[in-house]
Amino acid sequence: MTQDMYAGTSETTEGKVFTVSGQDWDSIVSGIAEDADERVVVNMGPQHPSTHGVLRLILELEGETVTEARCGIGYLHTGIEKNMEFRSWVQGVTFCTRMDYLSPFFNETTYCLGVERLLDIEDDIPEKAQVMRVLLMELNRISSHLVCIATGGMEIGALTVMTIGFRERELVLDLFELITGLRMNHGFIRPGGVAQDLPPGALDEIRGFIALMKKRLPEYAALCNANPIFRGRLENVGHLELDGCLALGLTGPVLRSTGYPWDLRKSEPYSGYEDYDFEVQTWDTSDSYGRFRVRLNEMWESLKIVEQAANRLAGLEGAPVMVGDKKIAWPSQLAIGSDGMGNSLDHIRHIMGESMEALIHHFKIVTEGFRVPAGQAYVPIESPRGELGAHVVSDGGTKPFRVHFRDPSFTNLQATGVMSDGGQVADVIVAIASIDPVMGGVDR
Amino acid sequence: MSELTPENTPENAPAELAPESEIQVVGQREGMFGVRGTGDTSGFGGLVQPVVFPGLASRPFDGWHEDVAAALDAALAGNGLAPSAVEGVVVHRGEITFHVRREDLPAVATLFRDDPDLRFELCAGVNGVNYPEDTGRELHAVYHLLSMTHNRRVRLEVSCPDGDPHIPSIVATYPTNDWHERETFDMFGIVFDGHPSLTRILMPDDWPGHPQRKDYPLGGIPVEYKGGSVPPPDQRRSYS
Repeated sequence: MTQDMYAGTSETTEGKVFTVSGQDWDSIVSGIAEDADERVVVNMGPQHPSTHGVLRLILELEGETVTEARCGIGYLHTGIEKNMEFRSWVQGVTFCTRMDYLSPFFNETTYCLGVERLLDIEDDIPEKAQVMRVLLMELNRISSHLVCIATGGMEIGALTVMTIGFRERELVLDLFELITGLRMNHGFIRPGGVAQDLPPGALDEIRGFIALMKKRLPEYAALCNANPIFRGRLENVGHLELDGCLALGLTGPVLRSTGYPWDLRKSEPYSGYEDYDFEVQTWDTSDSYGRFRVRLNEMWESLKIVEQAANRLAGLEGAPVMVGDKKIAWPSQLAIGSDGMGNSLDHIRHIMGESMEALIHHFKIVTEGFRVPAGQAYVPIESPRGELGAHVVSDGGTKPFRVHFRDPSFTNLQATGVMSDGGQVADVIVAIASIDPVMGGVDR
Repeated sequence: MSELTPENTPENAPAELAPESEIQVVGQREGMFGVRGTGDTSGFGGLVQPVVFPGLASRPFDGWHEDVAAALDAALAGNGLAPSAVEGVVVHRGEITFHVRREDLPAVATLFRDDPDLRFELCAGVNGVNYPEDTGRELHAVYHLLSMTHNRRVRLEVSCPDGDPHIPSIVATYPTNDWHERETFDMFGIVFDGHPSLTRILMPDDWPGHPQRKDYPLGGIPVEYKGGSVPPPDQRRSYS
């Protein structure tokens, strides 16, 4: 008998195992039909276009119905937390920004807020740095929600939602590139402030973006909100009530889709969120459709905050963006040269040609860094996916003693089972897309 | 451990430490540049600094911290638990930490969730911290609780010795801790007794060791570049 390399079968102690990787369902169906047992365990992922990342789903099926759904995670574990223990406090930002790669500014901010609390400089952060953090975080929330809606749409076959979602996200990434120099993995928010000032012309670009988004955001509502196919796939799928959310620790849009207006930007304001006018968005259906609408509405609110932040920044031209304490603030500045962005030539001239003390200071703070008083801090923030917090522990040294990120994707993914048990296989995909896990954050 | 006097108290000892409070020394730092023995020509090789964590606070605490502590006292008494279930309280940078005796953790966690004056509905998971020089308390498990009703946060800290790395599970009280406890087991080897299925979660099932412990090496290979060689991060010379 010839062996089909794309659809092998083998006998194991667990029963017959079918290996499926191509269009060979006929042989599977006939193979299963031979067995009286209706119960099938399907391994979906970790390399699967619909599992929202490198996520492995273990589904127990009876026919088309899922009787038990479990997750296998860890495929993207990179030991970021361990690595941070071997780098200085400032270098830690470069690592943690890569965790949840769709919301890098949130990772950086929660880490920096923890470090700043331990340094006891929370009240010394300049206003402009605070406003820039809020601006970047809210732009980031828009781009993250766009990816959630886009990939969620793609996974149910709504390809247009995907293409327009990524089209708008690209605009946000262009803004990030203009402000920080990078589209992702910025390392821009640092303990004590942000890495550098806004470049010239950034506010005009942001205003142009706001005007464009006000035209484009209604397209999502027009395309999806009343679309019978879209609603049919999302409504009453992935249902989870408030008590289930609290028991399983779910936060963010999933929690708000149950009608509970819990948002850390309102309940425990950080970075000056109490100064902005916005509303917490909720929905009352506790299902995937509600989460979609919450995200859609939150993008409007984020746009409002971005607009207010841009207006405030217009009045803060030339204000400092880093804490005044020279023992904490990064000494060098970046500047655009003929060959791209690099160290500011003015600063190089200063330390190399003018001031020996400045050179010593630069060397000490760049190689040794600063010491953070011993203790522990946890300053959670509202990331696009829920409560994101960094438990920062210092032993008084120049490197973090331990940093652990409570990532909302990791916690929220635990709800996969309760959201999909008893439903259809196709609904598992919708339920997971509505949680919006980012595997980089889940596995860290 | 040498006694702490104003002369040898390190610069980083928290300034607001009350004089009568017990200082928590969890280890010591030697030298300044991470070089040991004869290779150290800096002159700082003999420097010995204790690693000092914020000490225990004494009652009454400020603001709502006192409310929580009083409510916890009442709840402990009302449920027949000894006051010694809470070994000490640390207040630092506006955050309150309750050090809980490990055998009492499930009961205390249930009180924190259910008592109407406490009402900490949400647990933000557990995190391990390894203090290799804190003899008898090498492994710590740290829980962050959130009360949405009162808009408060507290931290519970439980410790266990390296030789007996067992801490009772609180998954029955906070089901969200299912994966968090698995991760802490995976990374630190703390066994959460009573967890429904304590298996590795991030590392492969057959992985040896627990990567986040301090005695576990970071790993890595030297990177060669233009004739030079840069050692991996954990073997580089670095500030201590």
